[in-house]
Amino acid sequence: MLVLLRNPRREVTFAGPISVAALLNRLELNRESVLVIRNQTIVPGDASLDDADVVEIRPVISGGSSAGSSAGS
Amino acid sequence: MIDVRRHNANFCVEHFLRLCRDQMAKAVDEFAMFGRDDRVLVAVSGGKDSLALWDMLVEAGYKADGLCIGLGIGDYSDASSGYARRFAQERRLTLRYVDLREEYGYDIPTGARAARRAPCATCGLTKRHLFDKAAVDGGYDVVATGHNLDDEAAVLLGNVLRWNREYLGRQRPVLPGGHGFPRKVKPLVRLAERETAAYCVLRGIDYIVEECPMAAGNKHLGYKGALDAIESSSPGTKHAFYFGFLQRGAERFDGDGAAESAMLTACTTCGSPTTAGVCAFCRLVERASAATPVQLRPGR
Repeated sequence: MLVLLRNPRREVTFAGPISVAALLNRLELNRESVLVIRNQTIVPGDASLDDADVVEIRPVISGGSSAGSSAGS
Repeated sequence: MIDVRRHNANFCVEHFLRLCRDQMAKAVDEFAMFGRDDRVLVAVSGGKDSLALWDMLVEAGYKADGLCIGLGIGDYSDASSGYARRFAQERRLTLRYVDLREEYGYDIPTGARAARRAPCATCGLTKRHLFDKAAVDGGYDVVATGHNLDDEAAVLLGNVLRWNREYLGRQRPVLPGGHGFPRKVKPLVRLAERETAAYCVLRGIDYIVEECPMAAGNKHLGYKGALDAIESSSPGTKHAFYFGFLQRGAERFDGDGAAESAMLTACTTCGSPTTAGVCAFCRLVERASAATPVQLRPGR
C-alpha cells in the first residue's frame, strides 16, 4: 500500500494486510496525533489495510503559542 | 467510521458530526458564551479549528462573520488565507481581511526579529490586538476563537510547569468583555484536535494541513506531544486535566488574573486598553515598521 505522510510530505510503501494501529506503531506515530484516511475515508484503529489501499496519515497537532495564553488556529 | 478513544466508542459519520455539534453547543450553553442575537466575529486562519468552528456556528444558526489576518509568513500565509477565502466564498459568508504589512508596515517574521521575541509571541500579540480592534470597531458582541481541548490543556500544562499565576487566573473558556476589550470565547474547548480535523474531513472542508514554518520546535507543540503520549495510554486525561482545573483549581487563581484590569488606561497612540502609556502592539508597530523586512526562503 502507498502511505502518504505530511509535515514533511513524503511517501512510503508498506505490505498489507496490516491494521491501522500496527501501521502507526511501525511508523512510531501516536494515534492521538493523527487521522488515518484510506481512499478518502477516515478509518479507526482496528481497521485492516490492504496492499491496494492508498492511505494518508494526516497530522492533527497545530498551533504555535505565546507563553501563557494560546493563539488558536 | 471514527474511533474516539476518550469516549470509548466508534462513531459513524452522522453521529460523529452530531457529537461535535453537541459538544460545541454544550460549551456555549455551559459557559454562557453568546446568545442567538449576538453578533459573533470568528478568528479565522484557514486551519481546521477555525473553519470547523465557523461551519458549526453557521449550521447552528448563529450570526457569525470571519476575520482573517494576513500575517506575511511567506507562502504559508498566502495558502492559509486562500483556504479561508474559499470557505467563505463557497458559503457566501462575510470574511473581513487585514493585511498586516499593508496596514501596519510589518509582517510576523520582521516583527519577531525587530522586537527580539519568539515569532509565536509576536503573532499572538498581533492577532489579539487586531481581533479585539475589529470586534470593537465592527460592533461585534463577541470574538470566537478555534481553541480546542488540546490547545487549552497544553497551555494549562505550560502555565502549571512555570506557575504562571497571572495566566492561570485568566485561563477560562470565556474572557468577559469590558475596559475596552470585547468578550472572547472558545466554543471548541470540549473537542480534541483529532475531532476537529475529522469534522473538517467529513464535512468536506478544505483546510491547510501544513504547519506554520515559524512554529516548528516551539514549547507549545512540545507540550501537546507530551499530553498526547499520556492520552495514548490513558484516554480522557486531557479532558480530566483541563476541566478538572476549571472545576476545582481555577478559582484559586482568580485574583492573580484580575489585578491587571484595575490598572488599564487608553493607549496614547491607538486608544486600546493598556497598562502602559503606549500599548504593546503600537510599540511593536513602531519598531517593526522601521525594520528591514525579513526575507523567508522560498516555499516557507
